[in-house]
Amino acid sequence: MSVPAHLKYTAEHEWLDFDGDIATVGITAFAADALGDVVYVDLPATGTVVTAGESCGEIESTKSVSDLFAPVDGEVVEINDAVAAEPGVLNTDPFQSGWLFRLKVTGPGELLDATAYESLIGGE
Amino acid sequence: MTTSRDPSQHTPLYAEHQLLGASFTDFAGWSMPVRYSSDIAEHTAVRTAAGLFDLSHMGELELTGPQAGLALDHSLVGHPSKIGVGRARYSMLCDPNGGILDDLVVYRLAEERFLVVANASNVDVVLEALQQRMTGYDTRLRDASRDWALIAVQGPAAAAIVSELTDADIAELKYYAIAEATLAGSDVLLARTGYTGEDGFEVYSRPEDAEHLWTELLRVGEPHGLVPAGLACRDTLRLEAGMPLYGHELSRDVTPFEAGLGRVVAFGKETAFVGDQALAVRRDEGPRRLLVGLVSSGRRSPRSGYSVLDPKTGAAIGSVTSGAPSPTLGHPIAMAYVNVGFEQPGTRLQVDIRGTHDDVEVVTPPFYRRAQ
Repeated sequence: MSVPAHLKYTAEHEWLDFDGDIATVGITAFAADALGDVVYVDLPATGTVVTAGESCGEIESTKSVSDLFAPVDGEVVEINDAVAAEPGVLNTDPFQSGWLFRLKVTGPGELLDATAYESLIGGE
Repeated sequence: MTTSRDPSQHTPLYAEHQLLGASFTDFAGWSMPVRYSSDIAEHTAVRTAAGLFDLSHMGELELTGPQAGLALDHSLVGHPSKIGVGRARYSMLCDPNGGILDDLVVYRLAEERFLVVANASNVDVVLEALQQRMTGYDTRLRDASRDWALIAVQGPAAAAIVSELTDADIAELKYYAIAEATLAGSDVLLARTGYTGEDGFEVYSRPEDAEHLWTELLRVGEPHGLVPAGLACRDTLRLEAGMPLYGHELSRDVTPFEAGLGRVVAFGKETAFVGDQALAVRRDEGPRRLLVGLVSSGRRSPRSGYSVLDPKTGAAIGSVTSGAPSPTLGHPIAMAYVNVGFEQPGTRLQVDIRGTHDDVEVVTPPFYRRAQ
């Protein structure tokens, strides 16, 4: 299962790509595979202030529905409208075009590096 | 109750599923393929071409002997002694209060030989109940689950695919019929049954023949659009077809009447049967809640366990038993028990979907019916 080395991760199977104080957030290939075909993504609106570890959206597949958790404290500055229109991108390209939203980071969350995340999903 | 079943059993096709890159899920103690590629692609293949399912986890119980049919008449709510040889019936095992212990398919293989197919999660319950209930009847009961692998070929192309591997006259095998046949060189029981809402076949074979049958069906099926299909799409297929699933629509807490399946209860048979008195009372009183279909034009789907609300009062008047975004219809569908008075098609209700109240409308399942 692909785990890009340059990204940070959460135990909730989200990834973060930091660029200064802006973090791009998505779900991992492991999460997308566990969910099955994603049919609906509910993202927080631009401007929403989110708190690390709290639910800020939903991802629904034919089989189940999962909360989307804010990985760090911050404010939503951009959302990926393309995934709302075509949620299947989360299955086909979770680490690139399947990104979900961008946060202006204001506080830390509990993040893992790629090695730690790999051992987390290897143990599941 | 205690169970003797290993918590992570493998079917004879486990290695084939691994080769095909399946994701696995634990289902009633069995490690089963949940999907091979995509739930929606597999679902669509079954609706438009064909899908191949491993159902070897299902339980098969064999009753033989002169009074096998009578023993089943006494044990089940249906009338198995009236089933013609080579035919099948959908039936139920109820407890003395009329609560459903399992739903079953009963095949009559010969005058004195029946095959009772139970849900994997209920095999022990069914076996124990049948053992108790057949006391005094001249019949033998055997758990034959280990003797049978079960492969289903489902979809509009199923008949064309199966007929490439057998000399049996497929056109003569009617819906809910079963016959001995030779398929890809193996002796099998070929049944025209399924759980998808499509035409299709269920192939009962010796476990050691299963791999060969599976790979042959894949090989000849591929040009017809057949794909291996997992339990995830099996669930959305049966839901679209309005078919109940034990543990969701059916349980010890409901009788066949509430589930809208009162037709399976045969009060007219000569034999008294377990649950008959309680079921007669429930029939005469009428159900207090009923199983209905719900559809929504929204995007978020009702899911099992969510409350159904009366939009006028906000009161909870029911509970969702199964729900999913329908791959075929493109909108959420669900089944739910609602209190009597809310079951009429067209009734506007709401479902509490994780805190927000989404509008739904009552419909009569099935949600999807195949073109004949």
